Amino acid sequence: MNAISIKNNQQIPFDSIPVLEYEQFLDYNTSLLHLDDNHCVNYYGIPYQGNIKLICCIANDKVGLINISSCLVELQKPLESFSQHHLAFEKFEREIHENFGIHFINHPWLKPVRYPVNQADKNSTIANYPFFKIESEELHEVGVGPIHAGIIEPGHFRFICNGEQILHLEIQLGYQHRGIENLFLQKKKLIELHTLAENISGDSVVEHTTAFVNLWETLCEHKTDGDLHFARTLAAELERIAIHTGDLSGMCTDVAYQLGSSVFGRLRTPIINFFQQWCGNRLAKSLIRAGKTNFHFSAELGETLKNVLDKFEPDFDEMCDETFGSPTVMGRFEKTGMVTNELGKSIGLVGMSARMTNINRDIRTSHPCNLYETLAHQPILKHHGDVYSRAQIRREEVKQSIAYIRDLIAAIPSENLNRKPLSQPTPNSFALSLTEGWRGEICHCAITDANGELLHYKIKDPSFHNWLALALAVRNNEISDFPISNKSFDFSYSGHDL
Amino acid sequence: MINNLKILIHQGKQYIPDVTNAEIPGIFRGIPVISNEKVDKKALEEICPTQAISINPVQLDLGKCTFCGECAIAFPNKINFTTTYKIATNSRERLVVKEGEESLIVLNPDLIRKEISDYFSGSLKLRQVCAGGDGSCELELGATGNVNFDMGRFGIEFVASPRHADGIVITGPITKNMAAPLQICYDAMPEPKIIILAGTDAISGGIFIDSPALNRSFLETHHVDLYVPGNPIHPLTFINGILDLIRKRKA
Repeated sequence: MNAISIKNNQQIPFDSIPVLEYEQFLDYNTSLLHLDDNHCVNYYGIPYQGNIKLICCIANDKVGLINISSCLVELQKPLESFSQHHLAFEKFEREIHENFGIHFINHPWLKPVRYPVNQADKNSTIANYPFFKIESEELHEVGVGPIHAGIIEPGHFRFICNGEQILHLEIQLGYQHRGIENLFLQKKKLIELHTLAENISGDSVVEHTTAFVNLWETLCEHKTDGDLHFARTLAAELERIAIHTGDLSGMCTDVAYQLGSSVFGRLRTPIINFFQQWCGNRLAKSLIRAGKTNFHFSAELGETLKNVLDKFEPDFDEMCDETFGSPTVMGRFEKTGMVTNELGKSIGLVGMSARMTNINRDIRTSHPCNLYETLAHQPILKHHGDVYSRAQIRREEVKQSIAYIRDLIAAIPSENLNRKPLSQPTPNSFALSLTEGWRGEICHCAITDANGELLHYKIKDPSFHNWLALALAVRNNEISDFPISNKSFDFSYSGHDL
Repeated sequence: MINNLKILIHQGKQYIPDVTNAEIPGIFRGIPVISNEKVDKKALEEICPTQAISINPVQLDLGKCTFCGECAIAFPNKINFTTTYKIATNSRERLVVKEGEESLIVLNPDLIRKEISDYFSGSLKLRQVCAGGDGSCELELGATGNVNFDMGRFGIEFVASPRHADGIVITGPITKNMAAPLQICYDAMPEPKIIILAGTDAISGGIFIDSPALNRSFLETHHVDLYVPGNPIHPLTFINGILDLIRKRKA
């Protein structure tokens, strides 16, 4: 047996994961990725009895299973890279190299990922990142960041341009690294772990916290109450509406379309104010808790939400029609920042960045958690992979989410007043939790020790897969189109840097 | 053209007319009121994820609080969060709310540097630096300038270049990897300049304070002019805090 197949939110004894020889480990996992139905949801290493245990999780989107395999390797021994067979492993191998110093043979370039505190090479600092360079008198470089012009998170973009045209872009991240995965092990109280999960990425609070609580309940073998499933699903769709709407505003700003910028910007307000009414926080921090909720979704809240959406929807439709009918906007959106289907598959895109280039990848359909099993979600796909496709996906996903929410609030479950207390996590276990945030799939993996305490915690934000798409999308674009391309993807810096 | 006019008419007036007296809809966790009720203090202290609660006497440090509300839910008679969103101040000690004390959080006029009101009362340009923030305070700072909160009406705006800025707004717990860029940005700003910490992570490090990935030495060597608590900050908290800072004159 090469791997053990598990479902989303299933726990298994850690020692039931097959341990393969490296050659077999490489063959098995890279050959899986030659099929379009499979994609890599996580690949990472943990320190294990003086060596490193590599754990690879490949999801089969057709049958809804995740194949987990592992391999024990020595620190000093160079390994043949997965990336030479499939580029989707490129970032994962860089991360393993950065954390442990394992050398991968035939990897394109083992560059630093985020300069973590526990990096293997203590001499590597964020100030001496090895950028790709071209020696030429015709070309020039443009460096942007880490601090950007707007109110956004830090990251450095290094362009190599031929006049106004971008030949190459390299994105250097790591400025946001807070050591969050280590804090998951350091902190022992459940409320602290909730707080950490809520602070992974501030625009995906609901989905990261849901990934954590689903995982925690799985580890504790706790059956999730129906009203909690309901609240998590509803909150996820609300978050999608809020961020997509805000991003449409940002995209209008970046093409200097003032009306769309203002109207979409203000349309986000009632949605996040609804979170405020529900849980006292506009970005839904404090809403999601393992095994309980502090803020039951009452019938009155359902009525309020219905009114919010009734007012939101016509305004949103009207503004979308006008925006997408405006030649000045379309002139900037169409054929800008394009990613082809082939490229998207080769680098392993996830989430809306995959769907905009006709890759049917959506955890809500393939590995559903919470109420998505009953929602029968149909992913929205676009074909062109340009800024316009990303704008269209946002528009249509907002509409889809509104429809889901209307269905959901038609039957609000009553609060379970006899909640079972959470037990301790099962000792010596491995569990994996996937959710589909507005940006794409979020994957949290946990391993417990003999006392049921966390031995290892791994977080993967969709941005980890997707940042490369931005660097490739802007090639041959004018540098003035970079802001709109960047905003149309809207990747997370903090989710990537952890 | 006609469609644009229709949209304008349908949108109507969206701005909050008086941001200094606006009411926040629904529940909001602003200034807490801590009663003198006797409770299991150890359990109360234990409940907080960021050690914001200390006992003997019971007090709650809003600079550390994540406003999750767990304490108020477990001990409803002891701690009650009011909807008062004006919680920004220029004194770090003032953020600590004590048992049995019911007063508003305001700025200490004696601590406001004279040049702040001299130079900035009519116009203030800010440069925001995210140093490990999760993006939530950044979203809310962005919202201060949208058509609802419209901070620009007071001449307060965010600018792109530190050369154009009168003040720096720091979010996030200040990571090691951002420590140098933050210092460079601050040094590039012309004097006089102010420092504002926005959000719990910036003020105290929040849940991240024990992480070796932080480097908060910038705060040891620089004077902070305004603390704006929240996780994330509410736009109204931020706007009111700044207005108080630039408009209050020393007696």
